[in-house]
Amino acid sequence: MNTPFPFSAIVGQEAMKQAMVLTAVDPGIGGVLVFGDRGTGKSTAVRALAALLPPIRAVESCPVNSAKSAECPAWAELGSKKLVSRPTPVIDLPLGATEDRVVGALDIERALTRGEKAFEPGLLARANRGYLYIDEVNLLEDHIVDLLLDVAQSGENVVEREGLSIRHAARFVLVGSGNPEEGELRPQLLDRFGLSVEVRSPNDVAERVEVIKRRDSFETDHAAFMAHYGAEDAKIRDTILKARKRLPKIATPEPILEDCAALCIALGSDGLRGELTLLRTARALAAYQGKRKLSRDHLRAVAPSALSHRLRRDPLDEAGSGTRVLRTVDEVLG
Amino acid sequence: MTPDADSWARAALCLRLLLSAPGYLAGATIRMRASPDRDRLLNILQPLNMRRIHPSISDEQLFGGVDLSATLNSIQVIENKGILSDPSTMVVGMAERCGSDLAAKLAHQVDRDVGHCLIALDEGAEPDETLPPALAERLPFHIAPEGRMPKDWRVVPAGTLSVTPAAVTASAADAETLTLLAAQFGIDSLRAPLMALRVARVHAATHKRTCLEQTDLEVAALLVFPHRATRLPQAEPENQVPPPPNPETSQEAESDASSPMPEGDMLVEAVRALLPPDLLAGLVPAGTGRRMGGDGAGQKRKGNRRGRPLPSRPGRLDGRSRIDLIATLRAAAPWQPIRRKAQPDTPGLLIRPSDIRLKRYVEQSDRLLIFAVDASGSAAVSRLNEAKGAVELLLAQAYAARDHVALISFRGTTADLLLPPTRSLVQTKRRLASLPGGGGTPLATGLQQALALATQTRSKGLTPTLIVLTDGRANIALDGSRNRTQAMEDAEQMARVFRAHSIQTLVIDMSARPQAGLKALAGQFDGQYLPLPRADAQALTGAVSATLQG
Repeated sequence: MNTPFPFSAIVGQEAMKQAMVLTAVDPGIGGVLVFGDRGTGKSTAVRALAALLPPIRAVESCPVNSAKSAECPAWAELGSKKLVSRPTPVIDLPLGATEDRVVGALDIERALTRGEKAFEPGLLARANRGYLYIDEVNLLEDHIVDLLLDVAQSGENVVEREGLSIRHAARFVLVGSGNPEEGELRPQLLDRFGLSVEVRSPNDVAERVEVIKRRDSFETDHAAFMAHYGAEDAKIRDTILKARKRLPKIATPEPILEDCAALCIALGSDGLRGELTLLRTARALAAYQGKRKLSRDHLRAVAPSALSHRLRRDPLDEAGSGTRVLRTVDEVLG
Repeated sequence: MTPDADSWARAALCLRLLLSAPGYLAGATIRMRASPDRDRLLNILQPLNMRRIHPSISDEQLFGGVDLSATLNSIQVIENKGILSDPSTMVVGMAERCGSDLAAKLAHQVDRDVGHCLIALDEGAEPDETLPPALAERLPFHIAPEGRMPKDWRVVPAGTLSVTPAAVTASAADAETLTLLAAQFGIDSLRAPLMALRVARVHAATHKRTCLEQTDLEVAALLVFPHRATRLPQAEPENQVPPPPNPETSQEAESDASSPMPEGDMLVEAVRALLPPDLLAGLVPAGTGRRMGGDGAGQKRKGNRRGRPLPSRPGRLDGRSRIDLIATLRAAAPWQPIRRKAQPDTPGLLIRPSDIRLKRYVEQSDRLLIFAVDASGSAAVSRLNEAKGAVELLLAQAYAARDHVALISFRGTTADLLLPPTRSLVQTKRRLASLPGGGGTPLATGLQQALALATQTRSKGLTPTLIVLTDGRANIALDGSRNRTQAMEDAEQMARVFRAHSIQTLVIDMSARPQAGLKALAGQFDGQYLPLPRADAQALTGAVSATLQG
């Protein structure tokens, strides 16, 4: 049973679903971090996301999914240069993956058998123009985190090792999930995620029962279940595609920009990335909802996920910064 | 039936179900030390064709990859099949030592639901030495039989199932019963009811039924829920003491069959009987059923490795350094055709000394701050709250330095490890805030506990530092007797042990007036002494940072 659980069949967890859909509308938002308890459907949602993403056009034999043959890296030995449509890559970065696996290394098979010095692309190459998913991101080894930060910052993977000198594009959306009780995330990495959401186990019994029922029919009555929710997923995918087209035309009134700035100043978030992400996310939401103009409601809806992880952290504040954001939003936006 | 025999009966049931549908149920945890009993238990699972994996298994072995030595011999790429390539039954030995990275990979395999079955052998001796939670969470059964194996104990295999478990129909009400039951026992994760549903199905299938019956649900609840429960049903989340069992409810359930949820109540009773005793003692804080210590926090991850690997460097083998074989082969590989032309007759790989690459590591062990806080009555009177404030400020600093923190409190006659080493400050703060005061001052016992923790974590590669906050009025000796002189002597003895272990120590005097005895004690520690005359928490933090940097 390798088909992932359909996205539209996930019960509740609206904040998480919204955040994922919005990154699909505008990949420039820069990824989602999902933090929460075990068994709340974090991994399920991420794996389901792949089915929602519209396919991309890429050069068939290009290891980094380039959109044009001119963009293919020089080291890649291209077979067919035909443009094909392929699903948006969603690449799993397993914990404990070696540096070699992540950035790529000398292709040892070819070196040994044919005596050629060739580059074997790593996970970052495969994730280009797609998603990179890290489960238990807070347990990731520090040196891999350093590496990811560097690549995420520059959008380019540079390999200088074993006599190889290689570079290729590596623009991807980071999706991470984890359980906050097992450790915190470094602020630098936290900042790389555009949105962050906290998920909790549903407290409502009816909702819990519904989760179990759906999962159960997914397992036992697979075909019918997929037929129903597969269609739902397709609807979401269509809306995402429409939203992508609409996105550049969304008007942003001046007062909304001021609201953004006022909100970030009131919260004291570091840097300007907060404002930029807030704006982008709000626009993506407006596009997804089919609106033509950005309004305060959009800001209000996305502020917690766009800003809560960017606040100057009070390490002992246990209420979580989400509530702080909500309070400030109420104060600033009235 | 005695509780021991009962636990064995349950184990037999788990094994029987597991044998019938290994891939569907995904596995079990077996918490037993290596013993003839356990061997017998594993023997029963023999038909599953088990493959052993160990906690430090490599990715190549798990997922498959290039078999380097075979490739070198045949000059043809030879791929190795990994253990996970085909659905198989894996036995993880010493699963409590399994790192979070392996746990994550295995957990993902279980999630993929392609028919792997995972038997985790948990050989932990201490209560908090258990499997990584990410893995334990995904395995339905927890087999931990107690006492000796009964003589007539055996497992009757159900044979080949005529009904596939997935084809057993479960009504919506069945799913609802299990979900409600899980919620009543405070099991947050929704995986638990799902697994229970699968167990119920397999149980029905072994009895050749095609739809679930009450007994199937009962068995499933009994096997899946008890070890996950975090509270007793009907107990308020903040109420740690369970209410006395209400005889009326059960009577009602028996007499009045049309009461709203008679089935559920009976199940509740059955599961309640199997709850771990420490739950009743209120040891598991309500609402947090998650295991605190152990792996988490990344401390074991750090401790297990000898520093972080650096890129290997060319060098000469001199007996002390380790060769990085892969890097060496990588360095040699591109040159093979050229060298072959020069030496066409030499067989095998042509490796020159210039190809040799050596492994390098940078070693850096994380620091662990152990706070031993005196919560006795005398301390509570003086400055317990101030001390709490000070610890909180220190925690903020520990956060900045990315130190690990552990919290021990001692009062009455015992010392408790309130928080095993962690980096989670929220947890620390929560525990600290709820720290009650009162009772005698068992200083030596507190120190003993701190020492055990310090030596244990040191073996994991952390550098422990002890911070004692006390008013020095030790009045409970190590043996628990009320003897002021003996208590002080014991404390001093413990202090000398700390010195022998060369553990950095800071003694903070939180009594109203500085105590000469406590200063002497700090001397025994060979540590710093810091009287706290009406200081504010800020001054205290300053002092601690100065000590730690010095």
